[in-house]
Amino acid sequence: MAFLCKWCAGAAAETAGVMRLRYDPAVTPVIVPCTGRVTPLMILTALLNGADGVLIGGCHTPNDCHYVAGNFKAFKRVYMVKKLLEQVGIEPERVRLEWISATEAPKLARVINEFTEEIRRLGPLGGKYA
Amino acid sequence: MRIGVFVCHCGVNIAGVVDVKRVVEEIRKLPGVVHVEDYTYMCSEPGQELIVKAVKERGLDGVVVAACTPSLHYETFARAVERAGLSRYRLEMVSIRELDSWVHLDKNLATEKAVRIVAGAVAKLLGNREYEPIRIEVTRRVLVIGGGIAGITAALSLAKMGIPVILVEKSPSIGGKMAMLHETFPTLDCAQCILTPLMAEVARHPLVKIYTLSEVESIEGCVGNFKVKLVVKPSGVKVDACKLCGFCERVCPVEVPSEFNRGLSKRKAIYIPFAQAVPAAYVVDFEHCTKCGRCIKVCPAHAIDLEQREEVIEEVVGAIIVATGYELYPAEKLPEYQYGVENDVIDSLQFERILDVQGPTRGEIRRPSDGRPVKRVVFIQCVGSRDVNHLPYCSKICCMYTAKHALLFLERVPGSEAYVFYIDVRAGGKGFEEFIKRAQEHGAVYIKGRVSRIYKDKSTGDVVVEGFDLLDNREIVIRADLVVLALGMVSALDRKLVESLKIPVDQYMFVSEVHPKLRPVETPVAGVLVAGTVQGPKDIPESIAQAASAAAKAAELLLRGYIEREPLVAEVNSEKCNGCRVCVSVCPYGAIEIYEGKARVNEALCEGCGACAASCPVGAVQLRNYTEDQALEVIRAVLRVK
Repeated sequence: MAFLCKWCAGAAAETAGVMRLRYDPAVTPVIVPCTGRVTPLMILTALLNGADGVLIGGCHTPNDCHYVAGNFKAFKRVYMVKKLLEQVGIEPERVRLEWISATEAPKLARVINEFTEEIRRLGPLGGKYA
Repeated sequence: MRIGVFVCHCGVNIAGVVDVKRVVEEIRKLPGVVHVEDYTYMCSEPGQELIVKAVKERGLDGVVVAACTPSLHYETFARAVERAGLSRYRLEMVSIRELDSWVHLDKNLATEKAVRIVAGAVAKLLGNREYEPIRIEVTRRVLVIGGGIAGITAALSLAKMGIPVILVEKSPSIGGKMAMLHETFPTLDCAQCILTPLMAEVARHPLVKIYTLSEVESIEGCVGNFKVKLVVKPSGVKVDACKLCGFCERVCPVEVPSEFNRGLSKRKAIYIPFAQAVPAAYVVDFEHCTKCGRCIKVCPAHAIDLEQREEVIEEVVGAIIVATGYELYPAEKLPEYQYGVENDVIDSLQFERILDVQGPTRGEIRRPSDGRPVKRVVFIQCVGSRDVNHLPYCSKICCMYTAKHALLFLERVPGSEAYVFYIDVRAGGKGFEEFIKRAQEHGAVYIKGRVSRIYKDKSTGDVVVEGFDLLDNREIVIRADLVVLALGMVSALDRKLVESLKIPVDQYMFVSEVHPKLRPVETPVAGVLVAGTVQGPKDIPESIAQAASAAAKAAELLLRGYIEREPLVAEVNSEKCNGCRVCVSVCPYGAIEIYEGKARVNEALCEGCGACAASCPVGAVQLRNYTEDQALEVIRAVLRVK
């Protein structure tokens, strides 16, 4: 599952479509108003309900955020979630935060492919911990 | 809730990859969904009618459209559901084209992904509520930042529509870079002759208030009501009292390089920037003034006050037009051209001043180092521009003004020679190509290639230019009197103003517009518009056209007296709120305050980012139609699909 900011990474996903880039269909995008709106609970709910990994795509730091500094807030929260996962024995690599601007469609495709590959390597989360 | 889901084929754009029939069957099973339909082109008139008809006949109170991206057709479908009698907040639209069918080849996996995307939309819609647009009264006044040709045009245009304008200019006079130009391409109009009447008109207009020597200190608030703080620096001279007699200038003992003549002549510490300056008054350069007081003694009008203080002025405006213009790329960054080392290597604006009858040489073309009359000039184009180490972009106007320089020089000095080193000649524009030809017919020699070395021959005083002629495939050496560098255009916008305005800029500090084609003068910050070279390199007619367009957009916002804003902002449940202030501290817009111990959202300021909602430890602040419950339901719904 991927939470994509509608201004940057979400727009990059649209551009990727227009450019007919190819990437792994295993990731379902959910468009959010800002990565600053993504709560730790959302990330954990995704992992608890069957997602094997969560990707968060936002605007580049420091100045790209449409809402001034939502990306910094996301950065802190994701860091916290990764620490938390580590402490309960889940690979923190299952959560990944990336800055992808509206023009960086190829980066979005690359990140999604890299991420799915990484998650496949780690194996299903449910199978291991359920 | 009774939800209808409408799946678009988009011809074969979606249906070619996604098995639409299977999506329809899967979606039909979802809770709340009572009606599912698919159609070749949902956005077409018959497609929209399907939605209207289904809403009415099946009594739907929610609609999901799965088609292309909402940025393309959200408005289309929002109007369709409104025609059917529903609020637009009863519509959710998701892309299964850009985000799915266009990026995947595996039909099976793409179909499953489409089902997941639609399931998420259905889950979100279940939690949506209806809202009315927020109506905000607006202040009918516009702040124009920058008093160049773009700012002047925008200010005059607004004033003529009856909208008061505050025009802020950093330097002592309005007029901008255009005031420094001699003649303008391709018609060779005298720049001053067409600009100064406009300067006088804008200064005279009762609805325009001009602040020169002024800068924007801070901006608060939002579209309709920006609270602007301006810092007005002292000019040292009472504008109304000054009679322009010039006695003060004569007695002033301090000499510094003239900004207007770009260092090619001197001015005093009390000076008039140029003859037609507006406001028409002398000004004291406090950075260099020694406060000797001689000017005060000779001023017959008692206009001089060296103890004037900086003033802070606060104004409320409904919209802001940013027209801060450009500067030339610093030639010192390209040491190979010897600018600043050899005085006979000058920039293009310096050459404008040399051509000008009001310039440092009274229009005689003499070179700066020794005053020798100039017979041979080498013009070098793309200095900084189209260079990955400097400015990767094309500065757009240099090809044309270089041709103008060459032509004016050849016409002015009989028997002279002009050489132009170029990469490509870019002359797209009405009469532009013909103008280049005209310069060439007058004898301008165009050499395709770059200059490798410039040095001064001490024995003859010539500036020797060594370059490579790509078309002739040979080295070329020209002994010139003067070298003119066509320096690239860089944005004059500073970081502080960008931060006050909260507008996005690209890596070159040019302002990013909302949409490069459809909304070229609007920034993503509502009510902040751009005009002229602050948005990218452009020539005078383009700057003027953009300024008039920005004025029209500002008028569009302000003439009605009120604006309506998207109501999907943050909302506080005061029963849950414990007044902890976390939301206040994370809000980037200062839109939340604590009132009687509880958080309160200023709907006029809130942009709906949801940072507060994500931070609230008790879940009291929620983003309308993107509540935490909704977000979690979307996640569960997406993951429930097998």
